Formats: sequence, structure tokens, C-alpha cells
Amino acid sequence: MTPTERTAFTPMRVIRTLAALTAALTLAVAAAGCGDDETSGSTDTGAAASGEKTKVGFIYVGPKDDFGYNQAAFEGSEAAAAELGNIELLQAESVPEDAGVERVMERMISQGAKVLFPTSYGYLKYAEAVAAKHPDVVVVHQGGLESKPGAPNFGTYFGTVYEPVYLAGIAAGKATKTNKLGYIVAFPIPQTLANVNAFELGAKSVNPKATTTVVFTASWCDPGKQAQAATALISQKVDVLTQHQDCTKTIIETAERAGVSSVGYHYDASSLAPKGWLTGSEWNWGPMYTDIITTALEGKFEGSPYDGDYRVGLQTGDNPFVQSPFGPGVDDATKAEIETAKAKLADTGIFTGPLKDQSGKEVVPAGKTLTYDEVEQMNFLVEGVVGNIPK
Amino acid sequence: MIEAVLAGAVRGGSSILFAALGETVSERAGVINLSTEGSMLTGALAAYVVAVETGNAWLGALAGAAAGATLAALHGAMVVWRGANQLATGIVVLFLALGVTALLGRDYVGVGVEGFDRWAVPGLSDIPFVGTILFNQDPLTYLALIAAPLVWLLLYRTRPGLFVRAAGERGEVLFAAGHSPRLVRFGAVTFGGLLAGIGGAQLSTALALNWSENMVAGRGFVAVALVIFAGWNPLGALVGALFFGGVESLQLQLQAQGVSVPADLLNALPYLATLTVLVVLSRKRLHAAPEGLARVFEISR
Repeated sequence: MTPTERTAFTPMRVIRTLAALTAALTLAVAAAGCGDDETSGSTDTGAAASGEKTKVGFIYVGPKDDFGYNQAAFEGSEAAAAELGNIELLQAESVPEDAGVERVMERMISQGAKVLFPTSYGYLKYAEAVAAKHPDVVVVHQGGLESKPGAPNFGTYFGTVYEPVYLAGIAAGKATKTNKLGYIVAFPIPQTLANVNAFELGAKSVNPKATTTVVFTASWCDPGKQAQAATALISQKVDVLTQHQDCTKTIIETAERAGVSSVGYHYDASSLAPKGWLTGSEWNWGPMYTDIITTALEGKFEGSPYDGDYRVGLQTGDNPFVQSPFGPGVDDATKAEIETAKAKLADTGIFTGPLKDQSGKEVVPAGKTLTYDEVEQMNFLVEGVVGNIPK
Repeated sequence: MIEAVLAGAVRGGSSILFAALGETVSERAGVINLSTEGSMLTGALAAYVVAVETGNAWLGALAGAAAGATLAALHGAMVVWRGANQLATGIVVLFLALGVTALLGRDYVGVGVEGFDRWAVPGLSDIPFVGTILFNQDPLTYLALIAAPLVWLLLYRTRPGLFVRAAGERGEVLFAAGHSPRLVRFGAVTFGGLLAGIGGAQLSTALALNWSENMVAGRGFVAVALVIFAGWNPLGALVGALFFGGVESLQLQLQAQGVSVPADLLNALPYLATLTVLVVLSRKRLHAAPEGLARVFEISR
């Protein structure tokens, strides 16, 4: 056999390649088909069982039991349904952020859904398109900003994630012995930068020597890399670790094994770190979902706060992003300080001048407080944060 | 700091090393397994599930090895016995593994696990510098470091190793000598998956102590690229895996010290290095490639 024969596209080889590719496609289509069946199957049985209830659709980008963002939204939907009673939930999980989500929403509407909650950031433009096509259905998007002028049946909503993070920073600032805190972040976006800054400001408010070292992993969930990042920070004498990641267990476990404290994000992981857990921040969506659904079903959505970009925090109402329970390392004096700070936050906000960035340049002048909208465009790290925003 | 970086390189590189050793054996026998990533994933999940259920991390590692081997056997059966295209089959098997592990792993997301602890080798771990880097790691990492020379011995100093290399270079010769090149290839692919499965187990039950969907995050592909980088040599794979692990460890350590690093560039560095090796040394390196790589063995030829 000559080398040319080996590499040539013989008929047999072409047929085999095509056969293999066909097999791949068939598998993929079959897999997609199975996924669809699952969703419609579960909703069908729901419909058969319940009769006259009003239908509300929820769509998640990940699995509803991810111990994080999606699970929080799922639990919020269940809480709202339990509160309202006559609601039937249409649930679709692990729906990618592409045109496919539009089909999922259309199907929910054809099944009779009156309110839709596409809960992932990347669903925004598809959600707006569906809202434009169905003026009789209310579509509310979690975390995005509506294009202006917005449709009367469309709005966005979110909490202010950095408020409980600031309060957790107080617990961290009190707990640290080395005055070095570590923050493991996925990507540098305004939301994560605001969290890092809030954490450092919270810590500094009770411990002027506290610094926060930030490490970016460039991935929302790569547990191997998280473990390495945590170990690297611990080797630099960091003794309180926190994070902004989608999967959170690795960093909590790594901290606990190394005997340092941890602050959670997204869900209550205190059971994983009985010794080192301080506190954390987690979602409690139930009350807000309940209110949005009630407003929509009473026909009062248009012109309500939800018809637009609704952001709520301690300054304007009840933040759906709340503090996790405290661990054993937080004493009563610290808890009292956190309560005092919480009351103060409702009054003055977190990002209040004079505030300097890492280079010492004043970014918020004295007397000014950043609004919720301005925080969503944050692009600096405050004085006391060690590390750099990757260019 | 150098100590911490190198210790991190060994710890982070060990899962990649297992997978690269497995892929080296597989490719030496003439089969490219692009589903190395898939074998790592199934290994990571199986190890995690068994470690959670039994409380024994070693049983978990065994389960991980078995799961990785099973997935690779599926790939082997398709390409060796059915003559399917190796690249296409590898991709399909990988996506199968991605879907199946995401589905089966749901109940184990965020569940606590005992896992492997670090175990300092008595005496040796007290050696300054080297002790911290090499002798204060988890048991599976020691296993990876020992596996590299063992796989080299297996390939170059034993009869089964000779068969593996013969199957990859000239299956006809092996066939003429009265052995089945198909059986040898199938065995090599399966063995490769077994090693990749242990690599997955190291990731989930020793390094991260966590299971999450798609948690291997491309390390299997790094391993495949590394085999070429290493010139199909197990000892080269050892060097390569430590290099890959070291780059990641270095950039995280630099960040932890507050040094400004172009993280995106460093993340891409291992791939750039592999590309450079391919371009600069391609002729020489490709001589090192098994001659029958990716070729289906047919008796009629």
C-alpha cells in the first residue's frame, strides 16, 4: 500500500464518514427530541391534573437543581405558586440562550401561559421579540435592561446583589487575622466588580487594614481551576475566601480543609463548612415573583414599576438577594454591627463618596452616591483591592 | 512562591497526565480517541458517585477507571470492529458522555464527599523545596507520576508493548505473526480510557472535591494535543502535563500576589506552544507518529 492510497478519499471511506456523521446527527436529533418530550410531557400531566388554573411559564438556562442561580429561581417559582394557589407552573430547564428559547416561550403561550419568566441574561432579545408578538402576555426578564421605548407588556427586574455582599464583608473583616481576604471571580463584568468593591468596603468599614485580593478564573464553573485559585490565595496567607462563580462547592470545601474561613454566594453552603462558614448571600425570589404575577393577572402590569427596568435594594424596598445564616465564627457583636450597617445602607447606600480607585484617583466625589443604574456600569476596583482587571 | 507554583503544577497537571498517558497508548496502537475528554468526564462522575455512596475514595477511583474504560471500549468497538471513522466517532462518543454525565450527575451536584486527602510521604516530604512540590500531594497524583515511567516501560520493554506499537505501525506484520491487530488496538484504546478515567477521578475526588456538569472543561483535549507535543512518548507526556499544569498554576499564583497578568494570553499559552511545536518541528515530529495512526486495519489489504 502506498501513502497516497492511505489518505485518498476512497468510496468506502467517504461512505463511512457520511455514515458516521449521519449517526452523529441522528443521535443529536434524538437527544434534542428526548429533551422536548420531557418538557412537554411533564407539563401535559400537570395540565390534565389541574383544570382551570392560570398558567405561568418559567425558563432556566441550567438545571433547576444546580445549588445556585437556577435552583434559586426554580424555588422562587414554587414559592409563588404555593402562595397564590391557583397557578399552574410550566417549567423548562437547561434551555440554551439562543433562538430555541423563543420556541419554548411560543409553546408555553400556545399552552395558555399568561405570564412568562425567562430567567437568564442571554434570553433578553428573544423575550422582547416574543413580548412584541403577544401583547396579551406579560413577559418579564430577569437581570436585563429593556430596549427603549419598551413594550407595555414587557419589563425587567433584579435585586442588588452587592448589598448582602457588603454585609458579608463586615463579617470577613472581623474574622480575618492576617487582614487578607480573597475573592475568586469568574469574569470582570460590572456585577462582579461591584461585588468585589462592596466586599472590600464592608471589610474596611470595620477593619481599615483589610485588603481583598481578587483572582479571575475566566470561567463560570471550572472546579479544578477554582481549587487551584483557592490554594494559591491561601498560600499568600489569605484567611477568608469568597467567590463569584456559578458552582460554589469547591472553594468552600478547599477553604474548610485548609482551615480558613469562607463566605458563600448563591446558596447556603454552611453544611459543607461547619467550622469556617461565616455567612453568604442568596436569592429569595418568592415574594417578588408573587407580586409580579399578581400585578400581571390583575391587569395592572402596564405602568407598574415592573413595566420597565425594576431594580430593588435596601434603599427602595425588599431586596430579593438576602443574607445566608451565620456560622459559628461570627460573634454577637459582629452580628449587631451588621444589623446597624444594614439600617445605614437603606439610608446612604454603599458606593458613597469620597471613593478612590486602586490608583488613588477619586471615582465618586464626596456627597455623591452611585445609583443602582450607575453601579451596573461599574468598571473600577476600589482602593484596598489587590489585583487587576484583565485588559 | 516558586515552590507554590510548582506544587500547583504537579497537582493540576496530574489529571491531564493520566489522560495523556492513556491517549499515548491508544495512539501508539493506531487509534485516535478524541473522546478522551469523555472518558475523563465519565471517570470523574463515576468516582464521585461511588465515593459519595460508599465513603471510600479508592473504590471511587476504581469506578472512575472502569467508567472511563467502558466509554473508550465503546469508541474502540466502533472504530476497530466496525471500521467507523475515528474522528467522527470520537466526537459523537464525547457528546454522548457530556449528555449522559450531565443527566446522571444531577443528584450529585453540591453533595458532600470524603474524597482523597493530601498525604505527605513520611521523610521525603521534609526535604526542603522538593518535598513540598513532589511529596505532599494526593495519592492519585503520586500514582500519575509513577504511571509515566511505567507506561514507558510497558510500551518499550514488554511484549504487550511491542504488540501495541506493532499494531500502530504495521498491523499487517502483527497479523502475519499470528496475532490480532484488532484485539490489540481494542485493548489499547480501552486501557487508554481507563487511565483517562482515573484522571477524571483525580479531578473530582482529589483536586476539586466537587461534581458539576462538564467539569473537565477541555483538559481531555489538552491531553490529546499534548500527545503530539510529546512526540507520542510517555515521558514527554509527563513533561508536557507539568508544563500545562504549571502555566495555569503560575497565572493564578501571580494573580494571588496582585501581579498584573494577561490571563487570557496565559490561558492560551499551552495551545500556542503546541501549535508552535507542530509548525516548527512538524516534519521531525510527524516521523514519530505511528504509521498506521487513524487507519482502519483491514485483513484484505
